[in-house]
Amino acid sequence: MTALLTVEHLTMRFGGLTAVDDLSFTAAAREITAIIGPNGAGKTTVFNCLTGFYKPTVGRLTLAHDGGTYLLEQLDGHCIAKDAKVARTFQNIRLFARMTVLENLIVAQHNRLMRASGYTLLGLFGHPRYARAEKEAVELARHWLERTRLTDLADWEAGNLPYGAQRRLEIARAMCTRPTLLCLDEPAAGLNPRESGELNHLLQAIRDEDGVGVLLIEHDMSVVMQISDHVVVLDYGRRIADGPPEAVRNDPAVIRAYLGEEEDEELPPEIVADLGGTP
Amino acid sequence: MALAEPRPPAGMAILPVLRDALAAGFVALALALPMIGFETVDVSGGGLGLETRFGAVAVAVVTVMVGRIALSLIAHGAAVPVLAVSVTVTGFALYRAIGGDTVSGLVGVAAAVLSIRAAIAAWRGLPWPADARLVVPPAVVGLRRALPAAFLALALVFPFLPFVDQRVLDIAILVLTYVMLGWGLNIVVGLAGLLDLGYVAFYAVGAYTFGILADSAGFSFWMALPLGGLLAALFGILLGFPVLRLRGDYLAIVTLGFGEIIRIVLLNWYEVTGGPNGISSIPRPSFFGMPFRASANEGETTFADFFGLEFSPMHRVIFLYFIILAMALVVNAFTRRIRRMPVGRAWEALREDEIACRSLGINPTNTKLSAFAIGAGFAGFAGCFFAARQGFISPESFTFIESAVILAIVVLGGMGSQLGIVLAAIVLIGLPEFLRELNQFRMLAFGAGMVGIMVWRPLGLLAHREPTIRLHPPRGTESRGAEGRGAEGRGAGQ
Repeated sequence: MTALLTVEHLTMRFGGLTAVDDLSFTAAAREITAIIGPNGAGKTTVFNCLTGFYKPTVGRLTLAHDGGTYLLEQLDGHCIAKDAKVARTFQNIRLFARMTVLENLIVAQHNRLMRASGYTLLGLFGHPRYARAEKEAVELARHWLERTRLTDLADWEAGNLPYGAQRRLEIARAMCTRPTLLCLDEPAAGLNPRESGELNHLLQAIRDEDGVGVLLIEHDMSVVMQISDHVVVLDYGRRIADGPPEAVRNDPAVIRAYLGEEEDEELPPEIVADLGGTP
Repeated sequence: MALAEPRPPAGMAILPVLRDALAAGFVALALALPMIGFETVDVSGGGLGLETRFGAVAVAVVTVMVGRIALSLIAHGAAVPVLAVSVTVTGFALYRAIGGDTVSGLVGVAAAVLSIRAAIAAWRGLPWPADARLVVPPAVVGLRRALPAAFLALALVFPFLPFVDQRVLDIAILVLTYVMLGWGLNIVVGLAGLLDLGYVAFYAVGAYTFGILADSAGFSFWMALPLGGLLAALFGILLGFPVLRLRGDYLAIVTLGFGEIIRIVLLNWYEVTGGPNGISSIPRPSFFGMPFRASANEGETTFADFFGLEFSPMHRVIFLYFIILAMALVVNAFTRRIRRMPVGRAWEALREDEIACRSLGINPTNTKLSAFAIGAGFAGFAGCFFAARQGFISPESFTFIESAVILAIVVLGGMGSQLGIVLAAIVLIGLPEFLRELNQFRMLAFGAGMVGIMVWRPLGLLAHREPTIRLHPPRGTESRGAEGRGAEGRGAGQ
């Protein structure tokens, strides 16, 4: 197991509020790493630091893959996707609503197409290299449309898609940037059980077939416990547990964080079921 | 006349309808009595007197009541008889109005409005199949496709049409200038979604570039044209840098300020720009070095001599018309191509969601600056043309109202729609010129037109967006495939 992403001593303060406090963990290549924790634990802040939307107060974020080693905290926002190959989705979906599904996926391949079009100049005069690159881009888009069952909706405006399809499109769009690390912010939020089952298969395929590391924020424990290889638990910005799902599920600190300090040790059976155990 | 939408009652009851009509009549009476009932007249020997017009008030009240009853009848499904009666009344009243009867004319207008309402209701009431209204008939699709080509053909032969004299052609040149400016601003506002209220500044930069170069260095139009565009593009980048982080209202305010800065500099930098006096005697464009003059200077051949034509001032106007037509078509062709380039798609993506753009590795700085620069460059070209056409420029021509009009053309045309901008420019620039006969009511008609467009077409005249790329071929008669197709300026530039 090689560490794809290494987070060391990450701290993020907003004025007097410490959203993330001295957090360290690693995410391996070809593995699904889940970050879980109660609301307000700082999960999305970690994502925003990773993807360049915040500059961390303290800490080092190292991403290492075949293409080189990048210090994410020093890169410009757009370079994190362009050079370090980190793609992300958003908790509240951010699609290009008035563009079609296919256009969303083509925009995701912007940098590759930009180079092929000679930074627009060659493309403007109809250079065949751009036509070829665009064709390849459409093929990649078609591949991900098929993987996410959106082929029939390819020419729809993205804003008109049903909710579940929008979630899938966001993942397809992130994958079209050819990432090495895919960060998903609550991808199962608002999905029905059948859809979140499909999501599990999709994410497992992205890990196993495409060899992409997945970093996942999720509240839906059925997703987290079934597919993640590694779980990091945050509470009040601190890491309170780290390990394989089975170990984390039974960790008393985790149970305390989710349920508060309880005097009786017995958990209500439905909560145990939610956590994936047997009552 | 309709005061409000009548509530559709459950069954046909005469009493509520009458009560409704009486209420409407009462409101009409209250309004009409002060507004129509009294007229101020000049009393001989100075001073004003009042005259009463109670007959007209009675006509107005009866018209409103009858109209209200008719609307109730339409709501009850009696649209066809109402249509028949109201059309008859319209015809009769307008016939009397031609004879000089104002009151009949107003009744006729009311009846005409009623006819339209009845016709719409009758049309909706026809026994259509469930989804027939969603299907666009193939003829309409064909028409939409053919429309831009028809426009282009008309534009090419326009100067040679029999009814086109110099005045009409001058208006056409003006409209085309605004079409070009609209297409240029469309890149910034329609595609990249950057609300620019100071666009006229770049127009001014282009015009003054040519003016100053012609005045001090003797540049011709064709030499100054590329420089004007380049300098304006440079100013676009200059404006772009400080506003990179701004969006929406804040961006609008800063660009508005930038437009004013340019105008005030032009007004006060007397040594270079001539201040409020402007720059005059700017040379006219020549046809490959051949001027459009009655007699040639030393060593020159005039256009008319070369082609063996009799000199006519129309030649120059026609030539100017074709220059601006060609420039506008270049802008159009460029826009249509660049929408299919990665940078064009990035502009549109930036308009939709800047944060998502950054997460996909798109550099927002470069993308925004390129939109500003290219949009400004086109305004610079248009400015050069403007200076060459007028032969005289002053800061008066580059006030905020110009920016507002160009922005109005883009918004009313339907953001991002090329053909919509042509239509909007014709409506906003062409019509007011033709309506000069209306005198002081001209701007009123202009305002009413804008309000009308925003009420009936809140997204602009042609609000459809043509996708830049498709996976499946469009399906002509299927409703979903028909959405948003054909409306874009397809073929307008090619």
